[in-house]
Amino acid sequence: MNRRTRLVFFLLSAAAFAGVYLWGLKGLPPVGHYRGPYGDVLNRVATYERHVTDVVTAVNFDYRGFDTLGEEFILFMSVVGGTVLLRRQREEEKSEHRDESLADQSPERQAPEASDATRVLTLALVGPLVVFGLYIVAHGQLTPGGGFQGGVVLATAPLLVYLAGNLKKFKQITSHTLVEVTEAVGAGGYLAIGFAGLILGGSYLRNVAALGKTGMINSGGTIALINLATGLEVAAGFVLLLYAFLEQTLEIRLRGGK
Amino acid sequence: MLFLQFTILSFVAVTATAVVLTRDPAKQAIGISFYGLVMALMFFIFQAPDVALSQIVIGAVALPLMILLALTKIRRHEEEEQARHKEKKAA
Repeated sequence: MNRRTRLVFFLLSAAAFAGVYLWGLKGLPPVGHYRGPYGDVLNRVATYERHVTDVVTAVNFDYRGFDTLGEEFILFMSVVGGTVLLRRQREEEKSEHRDESLADQSPERQAPEASDATRVLTLALVGPLVVFGLYIVAHGQLTPGGGFQGGVVLATAPLLVYLAGNLKKFKQITSHTLVEVTEAVGAGGYLAIGFAGLILGGSYLRNVAALGKTGMINSGGTIALINLATGLEVAAGFVLLLYAFLEQTLEIRLRGGK
Repeated sequence: MLFLQFTILSFVAVTATAVVLTRDPAKQAIGISFYGLVMALMFFIFQAPDVALSQIVIGAVALPLMILLALTKIRRHEEEEQARHKEKKAA
């Protein structure tokens, strides 16, 4: 296909797309004017029915909790898939002393050591970041956030340690077995809470725990518990993925290669 | 409010185009990090703070980092393959 035909082809499909797109835009409601009934209904009843103040979390982890379970396992399987893809292959070997024996010794290819400023700033941030992550996980039913958002914030804490020091420190604070177990416990916890609803309430993921007082941290019943499980799963999953990427990039090389 | 929404939407459009037009993958990873931040701001302005919170970490930190790590790996892999070829020829 030469340049001219390609251009004609592009212009034709672009014109067709623009036509359909504009036609679709015409039918949209104006900004901020939501039409469907579900959002309005939930906004009215969620606080009364579930004792939560963040309706988004109530929808995600209760009203459509089963969908979120599926999403959670999408993440779980992505992490498993990523880890399997990035495993050490037969023709690769692991250099144990990465820092001393960097194959490429030319000065311009050496990673510069983290400066004092970077080290101080990142290490000072680790503590507040962990607290903030836990806060977001624990307050999902009250304010924006929840298990997923808090989990990813928590997962960046080990990353900061890597930025401040090196891979060895990163490995020391993220025991691989512990992270794997945490991820499994988080994913399995969600499932188990669902079964608790089935046994005690008659349907899967039914909110059977005490709902508590609206506005308190222990409100929301199973919503808070599922948020905790999700937080564990997401944080551990992302740390595993980061670990696999860092290991594959910095430690594993072709056997017989430099 | 409408002004804010308009501004942030045009900002998203500009940064997204900039990311697409950047040809060097390493520079693109930095650009996508900035784009992720702008996207988070957009979600916030359109009153979706739940989404904004995850977008900040995923879009501005995790995704660019994984792209950069993958790029490093590809480059090193190529160098190692070349070194192996040289050794074979010498032997």
